Amino acid sequence: MLAVPTILGVVTAVFLLIRLVPGDVVTYMIGLEGSLPQGRVEDLKRLFGVDRPLHVQYADYVGNVGRGNLGKSLRTGRPVGPELARRFPVTIQLALMGLLAAIAIGVPIGILAALRRGRLADYLATTFVLIGLSVPSFWLAILLILFFALRLGWLPPTGFISLGESLSENLRHMLLPALSLGLILAAASTRIVRSSLLEVLERQYIRTARAKGLRESAVVLRHALRNALIPVVTVIGLQFGTLLGGTVIIEQIFSLPGIGRYALEGINLRDYPVVQGAVLAIALAFVLVNLFVDLCYGFIDPRIRYG
Amino acid sequence: MASSTLASATASWLPARRLGAGGRLIRHPSARIGGVLLLVVVFGAVFAPMLARYDPVAIAPERRLQGASLAHPFGTDLYGRDTLTRVLYGGRISLAVGALSVGLALGVGGTLGALSGFWGGWFDATMMRLSDILLAFPAILLAIGLLAFLGGGFWNVVLAIAIIYTAPMARVARAAVLSVRHEEYVDAASAIGAGDARILRSHILPNAIAPLVVECTLRLALAILAEAALSFLGLGTQPPAPTWGQMIAEGRAVMTFSTWPAIGPGLAITTTVLGFNLLGDGIRDALDPHLHGT
Repeated sequence: MLAVPTILGVVTAVFLLIRLVPGDVVTYMIGLEGSLPQGRVEDLKRLFGVDRPLHVQYADYVGNVGRGNLGKSLRTGRPVGPELARRFPVTIQLALMGLLAAIAIGVPIGILAALRRGRLADYLATTFVLIGLSVPSFWLAILLILFFALRLGWLPPTGFISLGESLSENLRHMLLPALSLGLILAAASTRIVRSSLLEVLERQYIRTARAKGLRESAVVLRHALRNALIPVVTVIGLQFGTLLGGTVIIEQIFSLPGIGRYALEGINLRDYPVVQGAVLAIALAFVLVNLFVDLCYGFIDPRIRYG
Repeated sequence: MASSTLASATASWLPARRLGAGGRLIRHPSARIGGVLLLVVVFGAVFAPMLARYDPVAIAPERRLQGASLAHPFGTDLYGRDTLTRVLYGGRISLAVGALSVGLALGVGGTLGALSGFWGGWFDATMMRLSDILLAFPAILLAIGLLAFLGGGFWNVVLAIAIIYTAPMARVARAAVLSVRHEEYVDAASAIGAGDARILRSHILPNAIAPLVVECTLRLALAILAEAALSFLGLGTQPPAPTWGQMIAEGRAVMTFSTWPAIGPGLAITTTVLGFNLLGDGIRDALDPHLHGT
C-alpha cells in the first residue's frame, strides 16, 4: 500500500514534465513543423488538452493512465500502451541479464578478495571495483563491440532476435549489452560482498565453527556467506533501478527494441506522448522493483518483520 | 584552511593517528592518487588553449581519421580535428557542468534537507515525500525526461543533473543534521537563547558537514558520468563545442574505420570519475577514521 502515494507522485511528475516545454507543447511543435492547417492545430490542442484548465487536464491524465490509456503516438497514430507492452519484455530481459552478469562476476570476485585479504587477488579485485565504478557504461559497450564483435567476430555487434525466434541467437545478441549494463553493478557487488564477508568472518560464531573443526569451505559457504549476503541483496536490489535507467543508453547503442529506445526515438521526433509513456513505464517498473525488494527482506532474513 | 596547511607541514613526521582530517587526507593513498588525477584533468581543461596545438572545432579534411602519432597522440576524428585537443577543451564543459550541478544540488537540496532535519514536523514530512517521488525515478531517466522537454544546452543539462541530485543531497543533509540535532551542546545553545539561524550555522552545520563533503565528491563523479551519458545521447551541450560524451558518440559512428576517436574521450571520463571516486573515499576515511576500509 505504501507504494500508492509514490505511484501517484510519479504519475503527477510525468504529467508535469510535458508542461516544461517552453510555451505550450502544441505551439512549440508547430514552430518546429512549419505551418500546419488550422484544423490540425485544433486537433493537436484537443489531443493534449492544453486548451483546458490545468486541474481538468490532470484529472483526465490520471484517469486515462489508470485505465491504461497512454495516448497515441503523434507520428504513427498507434496507441502508446500496447507498444510499451510489446517492448517491455526486451527491457526486462536486458535488465535481468545485466543483473545476472553483475552477480556472476561481482560475488565470486568479492568472496575471493575477502578470503585473500591484503594479497594480490585482493588488490586486483579492488582495482576492478575502482575501474568498474568509473568507466561509463556506453563507452564500455563500444569497447566490447570493438573487441568481441568487430575484431574477434565472436558476437554480433548490434541487433536483436526475439526469444521466440531462437533462444541461442537471442542470448548471443544480448550478451554484450548485458555485460555493458552489469559492469557497474558487478563492481558495486564486489565491494559490498568483500566488506560484508570480512565483517562476518570476524564474528564469534565463525571462530566457533572453526574451533569445532569444520572444513574452511564449510565455514565460509555455510556460516559466513549466508549471513554476509543480506546487505548484498539490499545493495543489489537498490541498484536494480539504476540498471533499469541504464537500459535506455544500452538499448540505443545495441539497437535493441526496448522501452528506452522507444523513449529516445520519441525524443528525437518530439513525439511527446511516447516520451511520457515510456518514462512513466520505466519509473513504475522501478517503484515496483523497489517494493518487491523490500518485501524480499523478510524472506531472506526472518528477523526482519513488517508491523 | 589554516589547519590543513599546518597538518600538511607536520604530516611527514607525526604518526597518522595524531593528525587532523587534513593530514589524514594527505597521507591517504587513494586520496593522493585521486587528487593527482584530478589535478591533471583540471590543469588540462583550464590551460587547454595553451596546451593544445590545434583548433578544437576547425575542420581539416586532409587529416581525417588518423591513428595515434606524435602529432596527434589520440588520433583525429572524422573531420580531421585533433582528438587530444578536443578532449582538453571537452574537459571544460564536463567539469563545469559537474561542479555547477553538484553545487546547485548542494545549495538547494542541502539547505532543504538541513532545515528538514532541524525543524521536523510538516516541513520535514512534505520534503521527504517530495524526495520520495524524485527518487522513484532512475536518475538518468529523469534527466533524459527533463531534457526531452526542456531542450538540450549547457544550462539545461546543469539544471537537469542538479534536479536529479537534489533529493539524495537533501537526504544526506537531513541525516547529518539529525545525527547532531539532539546533542547536548545544541540543547545548551538553545537554552542560552541562541536563535535557529545561529544554532544551525555555528553549532549544527560545522558538526554535520563531513558527510556532505563526501557526498559532494562522490556526486561529482556521478555528475560527470551523467553529463557524458546525456551528451552521448545528443541531449547535452550542442556541437561544435566538444564534450566527452558527444565525442564518444561521434567515435562510435566511425568505429569501423578508426577506433581512436572513441578512445581518448572515454579515457578522460574514466580518469576524472576515478579521480573523484578515489578522492571521495579518501575524504570519507580522513573525516571518519572509524569507517576505514568499509
